[in-house]
Amino acid sequence: MAQLICQNLSVGYDSQTVLQDINFTVNPGDYLYIMGENGSGKSTLMKTILGLIPPIGGKIQTGDGLRGNEIGYLPQQTTAQKDFPASVREIVLSGCQGHCGLRPFYSKEEKRLAADSMERMGIGSLAGRSYRELSGGQQQRVLLARALCATRKMLLLDEPVSGLDPKAADKMYRLIDDLNQHDGITILMISHDISAAIRYASHILHVGETVFFGTEEQYRQVPQGRLFAAGKDGGRE
Amino acid sequence: MNAILEKLALYWSYPFVRYALTVGVLISLCSSLLGVTLVLKRFSFIGDGLSHVAFGAIAIASVLDIANEMPLVMIVTILSAILLLRTGQNTKIKGDAAIAMISVGAMAVGYLLMNLFSTSTNLAGDVCSTLFGSTSILTLSQTEVWLCIGMSFLVAAIFVLFYNKIFAVTFDEDFAKASGTKTGAYNLLIAVVIAIIIVLAMNLVGSLLISALVIFPALSAMQMFKSFRGVTLCAAILSVFCSLLGLLISILAGTPVGSTIVVVQIVVFFLSWLTAMILKIIR
Ligand SMILES: Nc1ncnc2c1ncn2[C@@H]1O[C@H](COP(=O)(O)OP(=O)(O)O)[C@@H](O)[C@H]1O
Ligand SMILES: [Mg+2]
Repeated sequence: MAQLICQNLSVGYDSQTVLQDINFTVNPGDYLYIMGENGSGKSTLMKTILGLIPPIGGKIQTGDGLRGNEIGYLPQQTTAQKDFPASVREIVLSGCQGHCGLRPFYSKEEKRLAADSMERMGIGSLAGRSYRELSGGQQQRVLLARALCATRKMLLLDEPVSGLDPKAADKMYRLIDDLNQHDGITILMISHDISAAIRYASHILHVGETVFFGTEEQYRQVPQGRLFAAGKDGGRE
Repeated sequence: MNAILEKLALYWSYPFVRYALTVGVLISLCSSLLGVTLVLKRFSFIGDGLSHVAFGAIAIASVLDIANEMPLVMIVTILSAILLLRTGQNTKIKGDAAIAMISVGAMAVGYLLMNLFSTSTNLAGDVCSTLFGSTSILTLSQTEVWLCIGMSFLVAAIFVLFYNKIFAVTFDEDFAKASGTKTGAYNLLIAVVIAIIIVLAMNLVGSLLISALVIFPALSAMQMFKSFRGVTLCAAILSVFCSLLGLLISILAGTPVGSTIVVVQIVVFFLSWLTAMILKIIR
């Protein structure tokens, strides 16, 4: 059974539609790349799926035991957090907050989960360090570890490698791929990187004037996919 | 030195001085707690706006000749906090503009009312002390002292119990909401606590200087500490220290309480900035 179904979905702000007629289905273990030009509405779509903004039209259904709050999220880089005084441990642990309800403090298991997630992302040694002093790649791994604390079912990642150097980007890709292959976590990822999409994705959603949704093989056959591939030419060294 | 100690000992025997010091410590502790949240979220506008609203409320209370004005001011300010949060979130009027409208409006109406209806012979003095808190901390009634103490403990308790949630909502509201935290409720809680803190702090430094009391300790602590917990603890300690020092100086030298405390805060801010710079160079 599908984990996430979007039917005739329209998204936007204050009834101003950014994207419309989006139809796609995500099954457990899928690795979906969401592609499209800058400003085409990818982040808006992701925020709508997360319930951060209401859909303008259409339906979003979750299934297969996935509840609305069991989705982990890695937001697009914001400048707001740049100066935030917080240690890596504090940030990763805050990923558990969604399970706490009214309980004021984190439990032992939650602390262990946070420690495991940090180890998993290779940032265990950075636990006491300040977030704002880390490199871009390290910061993204901290946020990924936090998302892992929130869920083990589905991750939504908004341009997790933008602004990273090729080496850090590659590391990020491999970590995400491992989460998908090894732990069976469903991944929805916004990216501009067509070569990574072809390498890792199982499905591709291309948004814009016309919307494409299909498997990675199908994508390579349609004009959109070929055009996008020719125009962007990978972007990875 | 001995003379100063003797003078302090003498002052300590006056109950109003003891009240002022107790209440000063508690209020400065509370007001520093949400400093980081205020600095790093757009809540700083709300804080500023609310202090103006509180001024308007005090004006109304004094016109109505209410003896214990704090409960009324508290209610009005809390309601405004909720209102500001709502308008800031989802209306066509931009949040900042709405806050400016409400806060400046409250101030103007408050001053007008005081001018029209006040029975006081020293209107300018009244207004000045509401704005800068020149003496109010020394003239608190016993009821107000107990109210201050109770409210301070309430604020501190809420902060400790909701510390992790406040962190989550402040650091990344989108993530918190997406992963199932009730961010709307906690934003509301933060706004209400800010309102309480502002009414409390008004007694100490007056309405114009509240932002300083809330923001300076956090900014100083952020120079030196790197974790949220470290910054919060350091801000609380700095805040209490600065208020105590400021209060003592103002009692000994006869300077206005509020501005003395804020000047001490500024000095401490520069010292911590300097410390951070030196540490950076050494490393
Ligand atoms: N908070 C907002 N309010 C109104 N419009 C917005 C907001 N955020 C983004 N937009 C608009 O929505 C469109 C899509 O933005 P976005 O989803 O961020 O694009 P992408 O992530 O694909 O680059 C853009 O035209 C942008 O100007
Ligand atoms: Mg985007």
